[in-house]
Amino acid sequence: MTKVTMRTYSYLFLLPAGIIYFVFYLLPTILSFFFSMTRWTLTKWDFIGFENYATFFSETSLSIGFKNTVIYAIVTCGLKVVFGLLLGAFLTSQVKFKNYLRSVVFFPTLLSTIAVGIAFSTMMHPSQGVMNKALDAIGIIGPDWLGNTKLALLSVASVDVWKGVGVATVIFIAGITAIPQEYYEALKIDGGSNWSAFRHITMPLSRPAMNSVIILAFIGGLRSFDLIWAMTKGGPGFTTDLIASIIYKQYQAGFYGLATAGNVILFICVSVLAFPLYKFLTRSEVDV
Amino acid sequence: MSRTKRQSLAIFMSTLLIVVLLAGCGGSGGSNNAGANTPAATNNKADNTAAGNTDNASPDEANAANTPAEKQTLTLMVGNTGTTLDALKNVAAEAEKKLNIAIEFDIKPDGTEGDNLVKTRLATGDMDDLLVYNTGSLLQALNPADNFLDLANEAFMGDVMDSFKTVVTIDGKVFGAPVGSSQAGAILYNKKVYADLGLKVPTTWTEFMANNEKIKAAGKTAVIASYKDTWTSQLFVLGDFYNVSTQVPSFAADYTANKAKYGTTPEALRGFEKTAEVFKAGYMNKDFLATTYDVALKMLADGTGVHYPMLTGGLDTVMQNSPDKIGDIGVFPIPSEKADVNGLTVWMPSGMYINKNSKKVEAAKQWVAYFVSKEGQAAFASKVKAAGPYVIKGIDLPADSYEGVKEMQQYFDAGKTAPALEFVSPVKGPNLENITVAVGSGISDAAKGAKDYDKDVQKQAQQLNLPGW
Repeated sequence: MTKVTMRTYSYLFLLPAGIIYFVFYLLPTILSFFFSMTRWTLTKWDFIGFENYATFFSETSLSIGFKNTVIYAIVTCGLKVVFGLLLGAFLTSQVKFKNYLRSVVFFPTLLSTIAVGIAFSTMMHPSQGVMNKALDAIGIIGPDWLGNTKLALLSVASVDVWKGVGVATVIFIAGITAIPQEYYEALKIDGGSNWSAFRHITMPLSRPAMNSVIILAFIGGLRSFDLIWAMTKGGPGFTTDLIASIIYKQYQAGFYGLATAGNVILFICVSVLAFPLYKFLTRSEVDV
Repeated sequence: MSRTKRQSLAIFMSTLLIVVLLAGCGGSGGSNNAGANTPAATNNKADNTAAGNTDNASPDEANAANTPAEKQTLTLMVGNTGTTLDALKNVAAEAEKKLNIAIEFDIKPDGTEGDNLVKTRLATGDMDDLLVYNTGSLLQALNPADNFLDLANEAFMGDVMDSFKTVVTIDGKVFGAPVGSSQAGAILYNKKVYADLGLKVPTTWTEFMANNEKIKAAGKTAVIASYKDTWTSQLFVLGDFYNVSTQVPSFAADYTANKAKYGTTPEALRGFEKTAEVFKAGYMNKDFLATTYDVALKMLADGTGVHYPMLTGGLDTVMQNSPDKIGDIGVFPIPSEKADVNGLTVWMPSGMYINKNSKKVEAAKQWVAYFVSKEGQAAFASKVKAAGPYVIKGIDLPADSYEGVKEMQQYFDAGKTAPALEFVSPVKGPNLENITVAVGSGISDAAKGAKDYDKDVQKQAQQLNLPGW
């Protein structure tokens, strides 16, 4: 074997994976940047420059969409962290039926999002739904969960948290069980309470787990689509539209170029928000 | 785990992987074959039965007796909402006896999902022989000249009324035959409650609102809204078009040419204002944002709700769900400001189109000719009742038509009808339904709604690359 072949032939092994990566990942990404500047049907296209971007930014519901997306991402991410951490700490403690409870918490994650959305929108029906009937029984008149313009987005977000908190909990459980028991023993000898164990050991040392949860939940929240579509379709009016649902509406209307431009915008938004966040989080991480 | 065990496990797993991969390929190949075989199999079966029917006669003789020598199978793509599919199946069964042409149905979803499917299938050259699809602006979006057969010179189109032909004619070519009856965008009302409360059918908006007040006082829902199904929120705007076109005859043309707007034409803006007014006056049902189309029709049939702005195709759903109440449902147009401007906005039926690139164009033409004929229409009408007058000459409404449809007839007889805007202009914004929900639930006012819609329309026109936008 010559020296050159020696040096290069190993790359041949990478070739199949490389081709697959190029054809199915890289090429569509590059093409979508291109097609976002065209007006295209499935067979032909006209190049129109940045017109699609201009149209997308003049979209009536877009400002609502941006605001909603950020609110939705922050609310779901924050609640998942809080509940995930509490549940994680609880489920790693000496509680009875631990394994059973763990599976109960994880169960919603296994369900189809669309099914969850349909089930909850039925339960949240203002007069026929289970939730308001239950509230009725104790003398409270329940709100219109999905019809009230101030409440609708938060209703959907809370369902998202219910469904997604299982994954966050599992990550926290993994993070918490990785904390060496010696720390807790040392604290016990010094006479620390359970609260100070949580406050001074569990919280800071499960930071890596928390960072993973924050990043996953935040990006998931920014791109969220299926639950909102199943529950409100962006309505009433445009009050619960997220960027993803606005993009889908453009696609539905047959404006493929416009929808592609929207996707590029979403891609940029997620990158702009998620990368600095990731940097910030990993910088303050503590090693166990 | 010992070394050998691990090795044998690895070998087992990789073998399994390969087998699964191969099986995957084989599986899909197999199903393709199965797919290709099905029509042949049905053909054989049908041939056998045909031979069985002819008893002693040899197959040759039997063929000589029937007009078409060989049995053919056409594919037809159609949506599955309502009763159209059942009616078409009935026609297909009759046609098979008569023409020896069988139909294989290819069911598509309705709404925008279906539109995307149709566009994709056309673009990839994978369209069925026949397609049932919308007329008017939605048809234009399919680029019909490239995809469908021009039927202008076919004999069977002679009986189709000109009013229908206009909505399937693009650049002088006529593309479709009508499927079913026309319908109107109007107000469905409960006649029983009207009689109980001593109300009269209103001819002006003021009278309509006065009726609403009395109905509300009687403890019933005056105007039913079903905004859970967002498309149902558009009727006050779309159904008002007769009033717009009567008062501003040039609106449709100016609108298409980007010279008239909903926001700046007071007569057109009225549709949005009407949507807002019934909400503001508190005439709507309490749970209107969670109410669906089916529930709304049930409320109307039961008389708990009295007015429902809707397409008269809704009568068919009432017939399906509460057949004993169908006689109680009447129809009147969306009222205007003046009593002398009082007519119906008409929606044309869907069209049946022949795929230009089909290999069985002749058979398809024969089948459509049969479908349009008196016999075919009778077979169709036996399964689905008309929601409005038919658009084929010589096909009259039967005596047992719905009460509501009979009420519509007087407006047709007096010539007080106009086609909906989407049939006379290619411009229709995709977000109207969300905008009318916002206006109809007090999120935005009528003027803002109209302005938003104008913007939405502009976007669509630009995407269609229409001149002047």
